[in-house]
Amino acid sequence: MRYLPKSPAERRAMLDRVGVTSADELFHVIPEEYRLRRDLAVPPQMGESEIIDHFRQAAAKNAVGYASFLGAGCYRHYRPVVIDSLVQRGEFLTSYTPYQAEITQGTLQAIFEFQTMICELTGMDVANASMYDGSTGAAESIMMATRITGRSHSVVASTVHPEYREVMSTYAQHQGLPSSTVGYDAKSGRINLDLLDAAITSDTACVLVQSPNFFGVVEDIPAIAAIAHAKGALLIVSIAEAISLGIVRPPVEADIVSMEAQSFGVALSYGGPYCGVIATKDRFIRQMPGRLVGETRDADGNRGFVLTLATREQHIRREKATSNICTNQALVALMATVYLTVYGKEGLRELARQNLAKADFAAKTLASQPGTRQLFATSPRFNEFVLFTEEAPATLNARLLDQKIIGGLDLSRWYPELGHATLWCATELNTRAQMEAAASTLACAPVEA
Amino acid sequence: MATETLKPSATLASGPTPRNTTLGKVRTHPTQNEGLIFEKSSPGKRAVKLPPLDVPEADAERILGDSFRAEPAPLPEVSEIEIIRHFTRLSTWNYAIDLGMYPLGSCTMKYNPRVNEFIARIEGLAEAHPYQPESLAQGSLEVVSLLEQCLIEITGMDAITLQPAAGAHGEFTGILLVRAYHESRGNARRKVIVPDSAHGTNPATAAICGYEVQNLKSNALGMVDVAELERIVDEDTAALMLTNPSTIGVFESEIHKIADVLHAKGALLYMDGANMNALVGKARPGDFGVDVMHLNLHKTFSTPHGGGGPGSGPVACKAILEPFLPTPVLARKADGSFGWNFDRPQSVGRVRAFYGNYGMFLRALAYILANGPDGLRQTTEDAVLNANYIRASLEDLYELPYKTASMHEVVFSDRRQAQRGVKTGDIAKRIIDYGFHPFTVSFPMIVSGALMIEPTESESKEELDLFIAAMRAIASEVEETPELVKNAPHSTRVSRLDEATAARKPVLRWRPVE
Repeated sequence: MRYLPKSPAERRAMLDRVGVTSADELFHVIPEEYRLRRDLAVPPQMGESEIIDHFRQAAAKNAVGYASFLGAGCYRHYRPVVIDSLVQRGEFLTSYTPYQAEITQGTLQAIFEFQTMICELTGMDVANASMYDGSTGAAESIMMATRITGRSHSVVASTVHPEYREVMSTYAQHQGLPSSTVGYDAKSGRINLDLLDAAITSDTACVLVQSPNFFGVVEDIPAIAAIAHAKGALLIVSIAEAISLGIVRPPVEADIVSMEAQSFGVALSYGGPYCGVIATKDRFIRQMPGRLVGETRDADGNRGFVLTLATREQHIRREKATSNICTNQALVALMATVYLTVYGKEGLRELARQNLAKADFAAKTLASQPGTRQLFATSPRFNEFVLFTEEAPATLNARLLDQKIIGGLDLSRWYPELGHATLWCATELNTRAQMEAAASTLACAPVEA
Repeated sequence: MATETLKPSATLASGPTPRNTTLGKVRTHPTQNEGLIFEKSSPGKRAVKLPPLDVPEADAERILGDSFRAEPAPLPEVSEIEIIRHFTRLSTWNYAIDLGMYPLGSCTMKYNPRVNEFIARIEGLAEAHPYQPESLAQGSLEVVSLLEQCLIEITGMDAITLQPAAGAHGEFTGILLVRAYHESRGNARRKVIVPDSAHGTNPATAAICGYEVQNLKSNALGMVDVAELERIVDEDTAALMLTNPSTIGVFESEIHKIADVLHAKGALLYMDGANMNALVGKARPGDFGVDVMHLNLHKTFSTPHGGGGPGSGPVACKAILEPFLPTPVLARKADGSFGWNFDRPQSVGRVRAFYGNYGMFLRALAYILANGPDGLRQTTEDAVLNANYIRASLEDLYELPYKTASMHEVVFSDRRQAQRGVKTGDIAKRIIDYGFHPFTVSFPMIVSGALMIEPTESESKEELDLFIAAMRAIASEVEETPELVKNAPHSTRVSRLDEATAARKPVLRWRPVE
């Protein structure tokens, strides 16, 4: 076995020291009836080239060479080469949670930089070292808000990513935390502020909205915050498309921001691993879940970094912890940190501008075809938009696939009231030619056989 | 910059360590100082060039209105070479498996094969969008299917979900399955029993699933006290969360009796699979009475720990719990193709968006394929042999609180060294000077001053011998020069850090100097 660094002679020498004749003897404490006396039925050992072939064959069965307009919580952005050069350094890749600060200063300083960048992007005071992803981060934010306020109820916008809402509901329902959903204004695609106001009770811990929301529409955060705060509820803003922060006003009125940082240089990878992160105001730090890195000094006065405020965490507090989270998404957070360093202040701005322009052009081009129109067209938006078509999304998308185009996401599964609606995303990677090809396919009325 | 000037720390004897001085397997060499990336920023520097926009510029201020961001976030402005140097310099301040033995007990710090990284970046897999049509994702789904089959076979269970993102998330999912099972029988029940030797995540998980945590004291052997368990299990018990082998690295030989005690009262047995590296190919939890368990792909199945994550925590269960698995579950359709099944009326719901940490599935499967059944078994045997070799080589100098046979890890205590005022944490800091990552310190809690050592199968006899020699040398130092150990480490870039001030006056982000 090529990963095992021992010769038969070395194994024998070690067995001698231990005082047994075979390694199998070391398992004698397992009652014989539970011992596996056969080979596991898994595929036989493969050489490295066979392994690569195996996965290449799998890859070939996926969509390769398609233009894609899918977004909806997972965004295709260019990943600068230096990201993988750096995160594949063994010192980052093959270390673990920096419990021993003296020999993990690299990871600790990088996390400190990540926390700082997330604060700068979101307008919050403090950010943690990462959560699993945007959906679990949102669920943990609600639990955090219930601890801060001592209230149990949450109000969630129906324009939050439907899968995020499912996860929040899983977390809340098993702890007996009630939740209600508030619908959107049919014209603007933004949360209905009157319904929101009516939904908040004296037991409401928080209001959770996503911005840009699932339709790509930017919510009116100051107005939502005013309504929530007037009734003593906290405002949580979930952000699924992090690149938006390059040009969309940060949700500074929020009490908690729960973000998915996948857009910052993380491959789509069929849905994960991604990188959630929670940011908040200073006064709520001690109710925050997840790891935090803080700056300090060593005995000789040198600057250094440590994991801190661990008394919130499970390994100290056990059943009284703020969360059960232990392993997080550190390496993915490092990808995001490198990405944000590569793009920098001006680069992220320009990238966000390009995304906005691409989506704007795509929306106009697609919506100008016969039988189609853009929904929520007058609302502020970033790089996603909803298209209404007379043709059913299933048949439309089948025709697009024939042209090697993966069209917008069919929304009928979650928003049947919208009819033939699809959610489109255009990033800096979508070319004008792709948009025009999609538009001309849309324009071709289906030919009756 | 002034703050980064490395002052000489307390030295080994007196004065600076002479050049070419070797301690165990290491000698020191310079590391580069490096400030925060923000401190290198200067307006106008760039590391990126975007292609020209091929569509008309949009009027962002008009489209966004009041939501337009007037001031860009003050991210660092640096060039590409500075980025490479910055993060490379930081990386050299880390210890890692790639540098040497990392015997952090309970974390299974084994070799992370590089082919895993390679295949995870193959374009058709790495660029797959979770919402692309299933007909165009069959390759991704085949990987899920084969990994599921392998993990079900390895654990001896009946069904599995790969959705949980890490071990603790798997625990959460598993206990939700337990809860849903009991609810389906009319009563969710009230409490979950957790041994005092358990990982902190176990009680934290039970609590966030709405259960009261009942502690179970370990017996004199550090194992589950079956009589005590029998006394406290009742119709209000939803489950016992058990780590097997336990956190002292010992197999619960009465495991089936434990399962029987629980099952007799309708309660379930949850197994924390953190220590599965001791069992793969040798014994299967499904065969010894476990109803539901999680695996850590980042431990047993070699996916990289990455400085703290990502992990992946699949949950395997018996058929009675299958209806409650999170949605969606992978299904094989009539035409032989794979697809996601969302129609699961009894499901506990989703625990994560999309399908889990898919990139880790690719790596774990590559690991299984590289090993095959014989390789997996040999891996387990080597992991257990390594731990026992360390035990046999150190038990004359370090106190072994429980004499029960060790599996994949060995837990000593600092009882003898503490008599000289040296604690497990001091020994941990001192072993850094010898070129090793420390063992896990002060855990499990049932051992006062624990040194929890898990070498994994990835260590050669040579590296183990160096570790043993270092531990023996430290034991002598404790007798002869205890201060040397108490002030360690002496060779690192930073000496012991002031954690108290860090917690009292938290500085959690950089701010520009006003």
